[in-house]
Amino acid sequence: MRAFTYERATSPAAAAKAAAGTRGAKFIAGGTNLLDLMKLQIETPSHVIDVNGLKLDTIEAAPEGGLRIGALVRNTALAADERVRRDYGVLSRALLAGASGQLRNRATTAGNLLQRTRCPYFYDTAQPCNKREPGSGCSALGGFSRQLGIIGTSDACIATHPSDMAVAMRALDATIETVKPDASTRTMPIAELHRAPGSTPHLETTLAPGELITAVTLPRPAGGTQIYRKVRDRASYAFALVSVAAIIQRDGSGQVALGGIAPKPWRVEAAEAELPRGGKAAAAALLNGARPTRENAFKLMLAERTLGAVLSEARA
Amino acid sequence: MPDPGEIELNRRALMVAAGACAALPAMGANARSQPAPVGTPVLADVSFSVNGQQHALAIDTRTTLLDALREHLHLTGTKKGCDHGQCGACTVIVDGQRINSCLTLAIMHQSASVTTIEGLGTADNLHPMQAAFVKHDGFQCGYCTPGQICSGVAMLDEIKAGIPSHVTADLTTAAAVSEAEIRERMSGNICRCGAYSNIVEAMTEVAGRQG
Repeated sequence: MRAFTYERATSPAAAAKAAAGTRGAKFIAGGTNLLDLMKLQIETPSHVIDVNGLKLDTIEAAPEGGLRIGALVRNTALAADERVRRDYGVLSRALLAGASGQLRNRATTAGNLLQRTRCPYFYDTAQPCNKREPGSGCSALGGFSRQLGIIGTSDACIATHPSDMAVAMRALDATIETVKPDASTRTMPIAELHRAPGSTPHLETTLAPGELITAVTLPRPAGGTQIYRKVRDRASYAFALVSVAAIIQRDGSGQVALGGIAPKPWRVEAAEAELPRGGKAAAAALLNGARPTRENAFKLMLAERTLGAVLSEARA
Repeated sequence: MPDPGEIELNRRALMVAAGACAALPAMGANARSQPAPVGTPVLADVSFSVNGQQHALAIDTRTTLLDALREHLHLTGTKKGCDHGQCGACTVIVDGQRINSCLTLAIMHQSASVTTIEGLGTADNLHPMQAAFVKHDGFQCGYCTPGQICSGVAMLDEIKAGIPSHVTADLTTAAAVSEAEIRERMSGNICRCGAYSNIVEAMTEVAGRQG
């Protein structure tokens, strides 16, 4: 690990200001992803700002009838919250499908959104990777790509976003709240948080330098049948090959997002008109334009069948 | 006659090496040797309690909680397996919750209360989970065992607190202890000897006694 200086932030705005004003600064919350990457010198902050004391760890009723989740609410606490279990089951299920008990106890809501890809070439500092070292090339394109993305990718990067939680939040139309270094705040739909890789896969979010996520707000409960189905190589503690977060209403309409296949939680609102016609039609619309590799082309069929299974379960 | 200290050291070195070999195949694509530390160390102060005893440390900011416990406080019961949160050998209980001590900095735990395997029981007065591991033969090499036991103790508390899991059928009711629940909730603790069935038996017995 590279040496770094350390401070404990005293307020969200002060944290954002410190992050923008200090070269090489990074926030640390749970640390479960950042420290892993720092040990490998993939992340090399020279200053670490500990935000754990910022008291952003409560879940409150939002004025519009939804839930406002503090950025520091741990994954375990969010999954176990009675309101989340009752009204946003897809989110609780997605959280419980991710990581291990120990990791969920530390990992935070904002940190989960901002976690980095688990592409093996991003992790292997001996190999070129445009995300880790801009302009160095992509080893994954001609390499071992079974786990990697099939849609929304580019010629520069086919990495996936690894989160389960974010996929459910995307299906639920969550909103992100942030504070900027000048202490101004803003909100954005979760759809606008993650960037497509294009020719700059090292730029993963639309957050400004120093901008700190303070909360995630869920809209009024959507009702319906809520399902998170994750397909992976092990029964537990593995990243998704394909996952489906779904909120399906009695009339067959609904909201669906997919994980494990794209650089961001993958949702195509226009494709949801096909949901009442079944998994095959909906998957075709959702995955239109997919560019799989030879090794991960199976994900097209897997996504279609997983979505079909979820829709059948919702109807049952 | 050899110096007992030397025997102890050799035994430890052997155990560390054995553990490292055992952990390797489980670590997956992102597990590789770590590059050497770079840069001038920055020291910071932190104080927390471990097993009821207060400690104040001035340590390199890079020090993980795991390294602080092992290298600074010489509590070597907590093991370093993969050092990347994948194997669970480093599991300790911080403020009542089990965490991977390798993926957290010691300086992030000002005023925290840490429980390690040394704080759960002693050779003369075993914690019920330790006794159950002995009774059910819940280990072979023993390297993952402190992490398994700390994780298991906190895991049963999580079930008691009503926290659901991936295999809990109904999110609106509290999960009951079952083999499926224990296996899912313990997936962050790898045992390369494959003592899983005995580990599950030990934990089931402790859960039954608590219930």
